[in-house]
Amino acid sequence: MSTPATHKASAAAGYERITYLDAIVKAQIEEMERDPRVIMMGEDISIYGSGDLIARFGSDRIWPMPISEPGFTGVGIGAAITGLRPIVDFNIASFMYLTSDQIINQAAKLRFMTGGMIKVPIVFRVCMYYGASIAAQHSDRPYPLFMNVPGLKIISPTSPSDVKGLLKSAIRDDDPVIFFEDTKLWTVKEDVPTDLDYLVPIGKADVKRTGSDVTIVAISGAMRPTLEAAKALAEEKISVEVIDPRTLKPLDMETVINSVAKTGRLVLVENAHRMVGATSEIAAIVAEEAFESLKKPIIRLTAPDVHVPFSPVLEETLYPRKEQIIAAVRKLL
Amino acid sequence: MSLTKAQQLETYRRMLRIRKFEEEGMRLFTAGQIPGAYHASIGEEAAIVGACMALRDDDAMTGTHRSHGHPIGKGADLKALMAELMGKKTGICKGRGGSMHLADTTVGIIGESAIVGGGIPLATGCGLSAKVRKTDQVCLCFFGDGAVNQGTFHESLNMASLWKLPVVYLCENNGYAITTSVAISHAQQEVAKRAVAYAMPGITVDGQDVRAVYDATSAAVARARRGEGPTLIEAKTYRFEEHEVGLVCPAGPYRPPEEVEKYKTHHDPVVLYRRVLLSEGFSGAELESIEKEVAAAVQEAIRFAEQSPLPDPADLYEYMYSNPILYPPKRYARA
Repeated sequence: MSTPATHKASAAAGYERITYLDAIVKAQIEEMERDPRVIMMGEDISIYGSGDLIARFGSDRIWPMPISEPGFTGVGIGAAITGLRPIVDFNIASFMYLTSDQIINQAAKLRFMTGGMIKVPIVFRVCMYYGASIAAQHSDRPYPLFMNVPGLKIISPTSPSDVKGLLKSAIRDDDPVIFFEDTKLWTVKEDVPTDLDYLVPIGKADVKRTGSDVTIVAISGAMRPTLEAAKALAEEKISVEVIDPRTLKPLDMETVINSVAKTGRLVLVENAHRMVGATSEIAAIVAEEAFESLKKPIIRLTAPDVHVPFSPVLEETLYPRKEQIIAAVRKLL
Repeated sequence: MSLTKAQQLETYRRMLRIRKFEEEGMRLFTAGQIPGAYHASIGEEAAIVGACMALRDDDAMTGTHRSHGHPIGKGADLKALMAELMGKKTGICKGRGGSMHLADTTVGIIGESAIVGGGIPLATGCGLSAKVRKTDQVCLCFFGDGAVNQGTFHESLNMASLWKLPVVYLCENNGYAITTSVAISHAQQEVAKRAVAYAMPGITVDGQDVRAVYDATSAAVARARRGEGPTLIEAKTYRFEEHEVGLVCPAGPYRPPEEVEKYKTHHDPVVLYRRVLLSEGFSGAELESIEKEVAAAVQEAIRFAEQSPLPDPADLYEYMYSNPILYPPKRYARA
């Protein structure tokens, strides 16, 4: 899946120029119009985010929720088991710890535990706010915790086209899918296909930029500084290949391993905490299964094992920056 | 609405199926033929069957870790249930669920949650789904006295009442969450009174009296079907066995032995209902024929389970995903 051109003034036929955030809204509206089983649930959803959805779809399909995260998560799961396809919006990612019993013990396990009798076609939307001085209880990037749970699928697209295509695939999928959104990407704009059936497959990484010297795998919001770094390095004739896994569970390691076979050098970048992050898993698999391809040790750039602080001067040092990514690439050459 | 003669016999049959299934199951567990843990529903047959008889076949249900009685009460076939207890390939959950999770979807069960209180939101979501899909299906939600102290109970009952969802919340209050009594864990010990907080009816019934449970549940189901919203029913019941077979209580008994004896002697729901049926003109021969039939059905289930194959470890990954993608995970190593 190649990324459409991003620097045109106006979109070509069959495309529209929209942001990452617009793409979320459009994917939901299009899928709700396509399939009457799709409903939306979440706190404040009738007021924020998606326009006047109740006027558009009626109150049977748009369910503003009370502050009952574990309860309404289970309500969504129960509705999914019995014929609906809910999109459950958790608003801020740090709230999802409250919901984790229902996600892990019910949504992820019920199909297996009933020998395939039950299916749970549900999408959990989880928005990762951070870098915004809202302190540790509103700023988490908890996707690594959920990667450890069998039975889930997890998507983390970074471009508007991928957001639209992957969210649509998630809504149409018969298994529980968590969509980790990143506010650092909300304003990213590009030409996005208007085709109502534009789907990006779950479980397929995308090479965002081809290169031959170093491979960088960047996750979610870390993609932005990574692409900036790759561009700056290109001016120095350092050729960086940038991979976006797009799906964190299952991980498309084939794309990563093929790239490392070509470059022999690997930098991994993410904004989650360092211990047992997505990059830990990618590094482990490369070390286990493609060690001979590596010319240098793998470098991981992550947030440190510390809570997100409130004061901007403290928080701004937390997440990998363009300069650090450039330095890591140089270190490997 | 009262039960027809045929329904009364069916009620007795289902109660007895639970009783005999559990008696044999406990024996097989002790003999090592059933792995894991065994939580018997003995003593709670009236609470279960009385509620289930108030449902239509297409109504849904959620249950608990004490999961054997619920599918039997809803009319499930015994063979796949017994095979599941033995961890067989032919088990209702293909050997993936086991004793605490006998969710038989063929009779409308959408989950038997061994996380206490975990199924209450699922039942609520099932009610929401029925409302959105504009069916008149009802969901019966079983849970125990321990579950009413979970947040999911509070959250779910609030939402169900707020949106007038077709759900019947039925608390099998057997007085003890493992060893923790209601007396030492519930500020409001009358579970039904909690309904006031959610602006829904709260009904207390004698959970050993199958007709009382049936009547209360029927009224709640009718109300739910009319779109008037949920009801909380507290069926005061008792488990005759330990929380699980073989439970060790190093500090001594947590419930007085005379209390257990009193229930077994004076409040056995199967004995009580048999007496009612006889007093109302059913013949001993009619009931004995059901008793024989049930005993035979349980034996047939055991035979089926014993003769069934074990699951193949090569199929371990089966049933993980409806739509598996890159699963099971591939190895990329050269060798």
